[in-house]
Amino acid sequence: MSNTEQNSSKNILGICPLCTLAWFYRYTRGLNTVNFIHSDTKFSHTKSADCYFVNAREETNKCHPEIFPLVFTEKTQEIFNCRINEDITEEKPYKLLKKEDIIQDMKTRAAVSDFHPVKKIVLDYPGEELLVVLDTEFKYGQNFYLVATEEAKESFLNPPEAVEEEEETKEGTPEEYVYKPPVRKPWVSLGSEKEIEEESVTESLRKMKYMISRVRREFGSKVKFTDRNASSVKDGYIDCTSYQDKNFIIKKLEKDVGAQVVPKVREMSTQTKWTYPRNAATQYFPRVFSDEEKEMHLSSDDLKEFIISVVLRVEIALQQNEIMNAFFDDWKALAEDESAFGGKSDAYLKEYQSFTDLHYLKHRTVSCVCWHPTIYGIIAVSVTERLSHEERISQSGKLLLQKSPILFWSFSDPIHPQLMLECPEDIYCFEFCPSDPNIIAGGCINGQVVLWDISEYEEKLQNAKTGAGGSKNTTPTFIQAQQSGKEPHFVRYCAVSSIEYGHKTVITDIHWLPDFFEVNRMGITFENRAGVCVQLVTCSPDCSILFWDLRALKTPLQNSAEKVKEEKVIEAPPDVPTTFKHLDLSWRPLIKVLYIMYRHADFSQPFKINLAYLVETPILQTKYRHILTKAFAINISHSSPTCIYLISLASQDGEMIYSDWKMERESDSGRLISQKPANKYIIHDGIVHTVQRSPFFKDIILSIGGWNFAIWKEGVTSGPILQSCCSSKRYTVGHWSLSRAGVFFVGREDGNIDIWDLLEKTHEPSQTQNISISMITCIKPWIVSSKQHFLAISDDFGTLHILEISWALSHPSSNERASVLHYFEREIKHLDYFEQRQEFRAKERKELELETQRKKTKSREQMEEEMNMNYVDFLDVEKKILTELGLLKGTDRFA
Amino acid sequence: AEVEETLKRIQAHKGVIGTIVVNAEGIPIRTTLDNSTTVQYAGLLHQLTMKARSTVRDIDPQNDLTFLRIRSKKHEIMVAPDKEYLLIVIQNPCE
Repeated sequence: MSNTEQNSSKNILGICPLCTLAWFYRYTRGLNTVNFIHSDTKFSHTKSADCYFVNAREETNKCHPEIFPLVFTEKTQEIFNCRINEDITEEKPYKLLKKEDIIQDMKTRAAVSDFHPVKKIVLDYPGEELLVVLDTEFKYGQNFYLVATEEAKESFLNPPEAVEEEEETKEGTPEEYVYKPPVRKPWVSLGSEKEIEEESVTESLRKMKYMISRVRREFGSKVKFTDRNASSVKDGYIDCTSYQDKNFIIKKLEKDVGAQVVPKVREMSTQTKWTYPRNAATQYFPRVFSDEEKEMHLSSDDLKEFIISVVLRVEIALQQNEIMNAFFDDWKALAEDESAFGGKSDAYLKEYQSFTDLHYLKHRTVSCVCWHPTIYGIIAVSVTERLSHEERISQSGKLLLQKSPILFWSFSDPIHPQLMLECPEDIYCFEFCPSDPNIIAGGCINGQVVLWDISEYEEKLQNAKTGAGGSKNTTPTFIQAQQSGKEPHFVRYCAVSSIEYGHKTVITDIHWLPDFFEVNRMGITFENRAGVCVQLVTCSPDCSILFWDLRALKTPLQNSAEKVKEEKVIEAPPDVPTTFKHLDLSWRPLIKVLYIMYRHADFSQPFKINLAYLVETPILQTKYRHILTKAFAINISHSSPTCIYLISLASQDGEMIYSDWKMERESDSGRLISQKPANKYIIHDGIVHTVQRSPFFKDIILSIGGWNFAIWKEGVTSGPILQSCCSSKRYTVGHWSLSRAGVFFVGREDGNIDIWDLLEKTHEPSQTQNISISMITCIKPWIVSSKQHFLAISDDFGTLHILEISWALSHPSSNERASVLHYFEREIKHLDYFEQRQEFRAKERKELELETQRKKTKSREQMEEEMNMNYVDFLDVEKKILTELGLLKGTDRFA
Repeated sequence: AEVEETLKRIQAHKGVIGTIVVNAEGIPIRTTLDNSTTVQYAGLLHQLTMKARSTVRDIDPQNDLTFLRIRSKKHEIMVAPDKEYLLIVIQNPCE
């Protein structure tokens, strides 16, 4: 409709308060109603003065009760001449229809008539003509609508002021609407223009027009930029300087405020069960079966079955264990062997230190070397004059004045000895007491036994590392004042044995008995309760072995009287420890054992004894018909001390003797006599000076003498297990290695050391090393720690060399002991076999002899006959062979 | 009787230190060791065997313990269990 088109361009005033859906742009006031005209939907709400309509859509009928949509079929359109686009157009969508016509139509077409639904409206219509409006936009649901009221009709027809079509009514429910055109009324302003003006948006500012022009040629030209300093032009920039805002300057005042936290106090109580410790004890004993029950069980069948069923498994398991050790770590074992193999080439002795002293060691030779058992780095050396027997006798006067001392060396000072022990005569051998390292016993050249006590100097020795000078802890006494600066301390001996009762010649070896042994006067060994070493054994070439006891002997009265007298007479010089005062000069041996040489009239020189175990011997005067040999290396085993043992001795002439010391009562005289020696061997060519038990095997003995050495095993009587070939130089001393089972060191007279390794080579030493120019006189190894193994070697010039044993020589391979044992066993078997073969050979020889004998006794004729027979046999054999070879055919025969 | 002989045979094996026959409750019936050692071994090994057996059977109820070997540094203890009895053998393996 033209109205609607016009209406859409009007100003918008607000949202329609009725339907709140669309803007309205005008409102007209009607009688008791306000009509809000929508700007877009082309319909208007009508509001009564009192109430609002809620929803225009729902109330469309009430809003526009005068409009009723109608469907005009073409037939109807023809009849009423309101065909679309012909009679009624959009320009002029109205058509006035006479009421009577409509009624006529309704009557004629009854229900079919299009006007049927609005029949009532038409009938009630007051006027004559009804307005029908084309609803091109189907606002009311149909293509036409009937305006039901006069006013609406008028409003439609007349210049429209606010005629808006209604919105669509509810779908599907066309309702009759009688259009009443609105009646024009004068505008009555109620003061709403003001509100409207306030609400309206108008441009308050006058729009300014600018015209900007530019020279055409400058369009699109390059832009030129220039720099401009901001401060060059005034107000070119605006600076916001900071300033202290006064709002934030508030001085805080400190106030002292006290606060107290007070916990809420409550009273509460609990009650617990008080457990206190109590002594309680339980005693139980295991359940055991009585004997009858056991018997019953043992004889039951169940047990039998059980055992039978189980035994097989158990035996398998036992066998498995016997066959091999399943938990043996092969990998580890392999590794050890490897290292040992590679290291053998590094076997050598490294020079660690050497000690020599010009003052005391001139023209002297070292006779014995001993390591201090407890203090590290202290070694004691006994020196003697390097003179032959005749020279000794001729110079005996001079010798009395120059006493050879025992020197103590410390690793920290190679030039000055730490301590010096005074000796009455030359000491040939000495030893530290194993249980108390401050007591030293030595054997002199004249057969006396000397004792020293160095308890006072023990501390000094221990502090030897701190330096040679500065001994401030000593009390100033006469003797010690003598020694100032670097002089070694001089210690006097505290006891010597009595001359009458001691040895007659030089004591060649001295040993302490271990602390679990004791021998009493009757020669019976028993356990030493004291736990300290109290007894000594010495031997010398006067064919006696003496046992000495350190404790005060329970001597008969007269002796004690003698002793007392002696004590009064002799005053001990000061500074001598009184430890062994009771023994001084009156010391008598406990037991004396004599040996006489076998089959020889004269007394031979005993040399070395290897005392396996302790011995039961009676005192004194038992004459043995055997050689007594000198110094013994006692290696007392841990067997029970009450057994009877064997000893092996070596003599000066190279004889090795192995005998049993058991005492037997001779039947007729009642005296106790020992047996004859079981075995006697002559192996060595010279003095046997070393008889030593292996530290690993209790029954393996090494004997060195002359130009060769031999290894023996106790119990094997056929001979030595191993006997070396003669070497070029005489062997002077030897010692087993303390850490490796198959290694021992041998010293020669040319100053070389031979290191023998039984597992490597047995025909020659595995290594030879030169130590000094002169003869080696003593070898003593010592283990300080697992990394340090020392070898003390002394030579004829009086120098003491300390050598460090290299790793390869000091550390055994994993199964070395077993290998060496194995080796010895093999050798023993070899010996046995050898013996057997010897017997066998002896038998053979006998038979051969018999044969020859028999042959000789045969007569000549017999011999000729035999020869003929043999010849015939030979010819036959020859024929056969030639035939076989094909050289002989038939009966042909070479002549 | 036979039982004696069999036990002697086991005892005669190389390295065997002792043999003990124990009943189901852990009370020794026959032994070659001294009383205190026997009682100790019997009590402790009986408990251990019960535990081992129950372990085996927990894992698989169809299974049962046939033999138990405990190897220590010094020797090996072998236990052969049965429904009613227990045979304990202590052996020092080779070396």
